[in-house]
Amino acid sequence: MLTVEKLHSAYGRIEVLHGIDLQVKSGEIVTVVGANGAGKTTLLKCLSGTQPVTSGQIDFRGEVITAVPAFKRLERGLAQSPEGRQIFTNLSVEENLRLGAFLFSDDRVDADMQDAFTMFPILKEKRNLMAGGLSGGQQQMLAIARALMGRPHCLLLDEPSMGLAPLLVAQIFEVVESLKARDVTVLLVEQNAFGALKIADRGYVMETGQVTMSGPASELIADPRIREAYLGI
Amino acid sequence: MDALMQFLLSGMTVGAVYALVALGFTIIYNASDVVNFAQGEFVMLGGMTTVFAHAAGLPLPLAAVIAIALTALVGVALNKLAIEPARGAPVVSLIIITIGASIFIRGAAQLVFDKQLHRFPSFSGDEPIRLLGAAILPQSLWVVGGAFAVFFGLWAFFTKTLTGKAVLATANNRLAAQLVGINTGWVMTLSFSLSAAIGALAGVLVTPITLVAYDVGVGLALKGFAAAMLGGMGNPKGALVGGILLGLLEAMTAGYLSSQYKDAVAFIVILAVLFAMPQGLFGAKHTERV
Ligand SMILES: Nc1ncnc2c1ncn2[C@@H]1O[C@H](COP(=O)(O)OP(=O)(O)O)[C@@H](O)[C@H]1O
Ligand SMILES: [Mg+2]
Repeated sequence: MLTVEKLHSAYGRIEVLHGIDLQVKSGEIVTVVGANGAGKTTLLKCLSGTQPVTSGQIDFRGEVITAVPAFKRLERGLAQSPEGRQIFTNLSVEENLRLGAFLFSDDRVDADMQDAFTMFPILKEKRNLMAGGLSGGQQQMLAIARALMGRPHCLLLDEPSMGLAPLLVAQIFEVVESLKARDVTVLLVEQNAFGALKIADRGYVMETGQVTMSGPASELIADPRIREAYLGI
Repeated sequence: MDALMQFLLSGMTVGAVYALVALGFTIIYNASDVVNFAQGEFVMLGGMTTVFAHAAGLPLPLAAVIAIALTALVGVALNKLAIEPARGAPVVSLIIITIGASIFIRGAAQLVFDKQLHRFPSFSGDEPIRLLGAAILPQSLWVVGGAFAVFFGLWAFFTKTLTGKAVLATANNRLAAQLVGINTGWVMTLSFSLSAAIGALAGVLVTPITLVAYDVGVGLALKGFAAAMLGGMGNPKGALVGGILLGLLEAMTAGYLSSQYKDAVAFIVILAVLFAMPQGLFGAKHTERV
């Protein structure tokens, strides 16, 4: 589904990704965990096209998309729920969802919206309210629902649990896990390594712009180094 | 009573002109948060180009269409050559760029056209229509009708169409707009061309009444800006109501006090309104939270 090879990226002259290799197979949930500042967000931004790549290659569903502009990547089936949610604050919840399906104008748009409301009933309740007035957890739900409206094959999720109460975190992770049943492949970036590894098939550990470990999530979660560094055990 | 009616009618006419300029502000503002001070130049270009195309022998409707299309192109050029290269700069810098652009367009118009005052014939003659004891020019009805038509068009665009929502989304969060598949560069092109076309249409409608010269844009931009602020920047309803209110205020002041005071009184009222309601009469409250 998604293959990243020797990816480098920089802010100005400061390089923050030093050659990332990563693979996501169709149907998998893959997680990238790592401390704050490791470069996880930068990696996802490269994948969605909102951050320039200095060298390396991104393959998505058999095509090289490294140079494809951001707005054309969803068309190919790659969606991102970005860090900080980035919802349209001065548009209604429903308008946010409708814009998620900006590329489409068929009957499925309505069906997908009902689907989103089933997934997150609170969004249905607040459908006519300005999205900027939602709580943090509701905004996160909206960001995920909006990304799903674009009918992605692969969804990039950037720290969906950030800043949420434990109960909401559990709910969000449950939703991410349920995406498997919808044939959506997931690349999940998280500081909450434990929660992410629990629902993932495989994981990568990132430190200062490099992948330092990778493997099946069950092995990573049992690895003493990871338990010490990221799980606080 | 007759005098009041007369002031109301002339206030409506002038107000409709301000409303048309203010409506032009809304699209670019909605797409980019930039208040485009070159908006008045679009009005001037619409009028001047029609004058010269008509003088060259083209029928008036064709000359008007050409003027609107050419002005739309100037709007696109303004975005491509001046605004887009400065993307990422603070909004204040972008606004200053539009002021620079307006000075440039004015200078170019003086060279390409001339420094004379011009007009072309009214669309439906110059025979005043009597209305409740007052008189109104048929062309005034064109101006008022044009303002309402543009208002309804824009209102429908922003509330009923996905493209209109894409414009709002682009202004609210450009990054997120790209992530849902919106070509934000194209949205900007569309916004500038639409704004410019609306400005040019205003120029076409008002030239038979107010006449046009290369330098009429500055005053119009200021009045349109005041009208948009009064009504609430970015809201078509605010632009329409703000424009007409401003026109009526000016007409009443000129009629009952003195025309010397009309600008001053209008601005005092605007300041008072903005003091009480900083977002204008119909402005959106900011609900952003981080
Ligand atoms: N917009 C930016 N400009 C300059 N440096 C940045 C910017 N965003 C992130 N960085 C730097 O890049 C590095 C990686 O950041 P980021 O990708 O946000 O990490 P993470 O998402 O893992 O917390 C950090 O050192 C951060 O300071
Ligand atoms: Mg991050």
